[in-house]
Amino acid sequence: MFDGLILLPVGLDGTQASPALGWLWLALVASGLYHGVNPGMGWPLAVSAGLMDKSPLALFRALWALAAGHLLATLLVLLPFAFLLVLAEWQRPIQIGASLLVIGFGVYRLIDRRHPRALARIPPTQLVLWSFAVAIAHGAALMLVPIYLGLCQAFELDAGHQAAGALMTANLGMAVLVSLVHVAAMVGAGGCLAWLVYRHLGLRFVSRSWFNLDAVWATSLVLVGAVALAFNLAASR
Amino acid sequence: MTMRPDPTFHASPKLAMEAPAENFAYTLLLSPDFSKPDALAVIDVKPGSPTYSQIVHTVTMPNKGDEFHHFGWNACSSALSPLAGHAFIERRYLIIPGLRSSRIYVIDTKPDPTKAKIHKIIEPEEVFKKTGYSRPHTIHCGPDGIYVSTLGGGGKDGTNGPPGVFIMDCETFEVLGRWEIDRGPQTLHYDFWWNLPRDYMVTSEWALPPQFENGIVPEDLLANKYGHRLHFWDLRARRNVQTIDLGANHQMALEVRPAHDPVREYGFVGVVVDTTNLEASIWTWWREGGKFHAEKTATIPPEPAPKEKLPPLLQGFGAVPPLVTDIDLSMDDRFLYVSCWGTGEMRQYDVSDPRKPKLAGSVHIGGIARRTPHPNGKPFAAGPQMVEISRDGRRVYWTNSLYSTWDDQFYPDGVPGVEVMANVGRNGGLELDKDYFVSFPDGYRAHQIRLEGGDCSTDSFCYPSV
Repeated sequence: MFDGLILLPVGLDGTQASPALGWLWLALVASGLYHGVNPGMGWPLAVSAGLMDKSPLALFRALWALAAGHLLATLLVLLPFAFLLVLAEWQRPIQIGASLLVIGFGVYRLIDRRHPRALARIPPTQLVLWSFAVAIAHGAALMLVPIYLGLCQAFELDAGHQAAGALMTANLGMAVLVSLVHVAAMVGAGGCLAWLVYRHLGLRFVSRSWFNLDAVWATSLVLVGAVALAFNLAASR
Repeated sequence: MTMRPDPTFHASPKLAMEAPAENFAYTLLLSPDFSKPDALAVIDVKPGSPTYSQIVHTVTMPNKGDEFHHFGWNACSSALSPLAGHAFIERRYLIIPGLRSSRIYVIDTKPDPTKAKIHKIIEPEEVFKKTGYSRPHTIHCGPDGIYVSTLGGGGKDGTNGPPGVFIMDCETFEVLGRWEIDRGPQTLHYDFWWNLPRDYMVTSEWALPPQFENGIVPEDLLANKYGHRLHFWDLRARRNVQTIDLGANHQMALEVRPAHDPVREYGFVGVVVDTTNLEASIWTWWREGGKFHAEKTATIPPEPAPKEKLPPLLQGFGAVPPLVTDIDLSMDDRFLYVSCWGTGEMRQYDVSDPRKPKLAGSVHIGGIARRTPHPNGKPFAAGPQMVEISRDGRRVYWTNSLYSTWDDQFYPDGVPGVEVMANVGRNGGLELDKDYFVSFPDGYRAHQIRLEGGDCSTDSFCYPSV
């Protein structure tokens, strides 16, 4: 269902020369699906909203709020990198640094499994804020950084040395696109699950389907960072 | 930390009702003269078991004079809160506060209730130092920690500052600190509960420690100096948003029982005594148009009695007040059980229409003047007090002690601890079970009951029953 999005003309210079490109898009969509089905990113909230208001509309309103919060978090994390990438000659160190950052955050989540208590203070009426805070706190947005950097690089391989302004526009455009594709996949997956539980599976599924993803989540961060690091180190040789 | 949510966590009250029935009942035992350490009794409630209705294990504490009263779980169905997003804790530890000592015990009920043991003891000094409160009372498991209400403020007699609620970590049991940010006019405390998705808390008022620790103070009661207000709070903002005064004559507004189904924005509270006529009353509170409201929806009259049948405290009145000291709401929000500790009656109200409770069942047992024995012929001292309902709503358990010093004033002949159970008909009605009768060791009184896997006054839910 997201094929259309992936094939969107991106408005960037460069042909799809890199064989890694397909994998990067795939990774981006996969990360969205993964975040979407994780109850920690909020699909049970949409079920709860639908049931509490006895209306499917409320379910979709909640999904919309969750999507907006997640999108904001993703943009907030990606945009600084879009600016940094203008320093073209620093591209490699930036990519290596970003990989290390993601690995470091994953390791931190592996060691410190406590959940930030501040999240519990967000009222149930402020779902956008909740979704934003959760995506930041758990490193959901950070997980996208290596994919984003990879995509930027793949598109610029053939672009040669562009003017800084054009490069910046391209990078910003890519950040927006990456965020949108990711969030679309996330809301698609979470929304399907929420709807299935709301309409067909029933509330028993909420507790049955809930697995402790803490370790898996932290490991995913480490893994994403490590793969990106390996690619970058290999390329810089 | 677990890989799956605890199987006793349920998304909705309906799912909690459908879960397997309880096999054990935990009951707090207190030594009213403080000569022995208080204890936790584990009772076999599995029908057909060879030890049915018997104590199968006792955890005796290492201290004396704690005065156990209420207790609760470290975690419950509220852990499935979609906002918390983290349900991987176990319903495993019972948190037992000493109301008189301010000491808190954490009891580990795994791997088996019959092997329950002390896991941790939090000394009173830690509670005083970190919260400025004393005399911890009600425990509720919240999605972000254990909430504990207190009856006393700081200082030796607990009157230095108002009492309130504090939070404990549900895994390390560290006392984290005060809950309130803005308490408004609240100066007294008793019970509290909440509606998690609708984001509000309700608290009630009993009295300050000098008004209860050495017994009820009749002059204070007749001067309407006990609590008579309800406080409504913004749960996440931790602010008092509204206070409703039930009227000064409605003395002691105690147990707060919100509807379990979170779409229902109403609940109940019991008032012990109306000082103008000795009546007890049930009040319904609800939220409408962003405001809370409360009205008296049921009254229970006092029963005249000859002077020689009354304790000195009541002889001047020539009547027994019903003394509604505990209420409990069934998981389907249909039946409200009302303990009349003075007259010796357990009432069952149909509250399908929450503002029009209808008496649906009643059993008499004990009582100041009636002294009704159990159907098995054994005497039942005092009256029905702490009441707990099984999740499926078919069994109602209760004990008979109110509070050490108050027991002695209303029932000077003594209150040996007893726990009984009544079966509930499909459409209401209440009948005492002849085979369920737990007597406790000599010198012990029995207070609150908690049922294995959660009951009707522990778990709170974030999804409606559909």
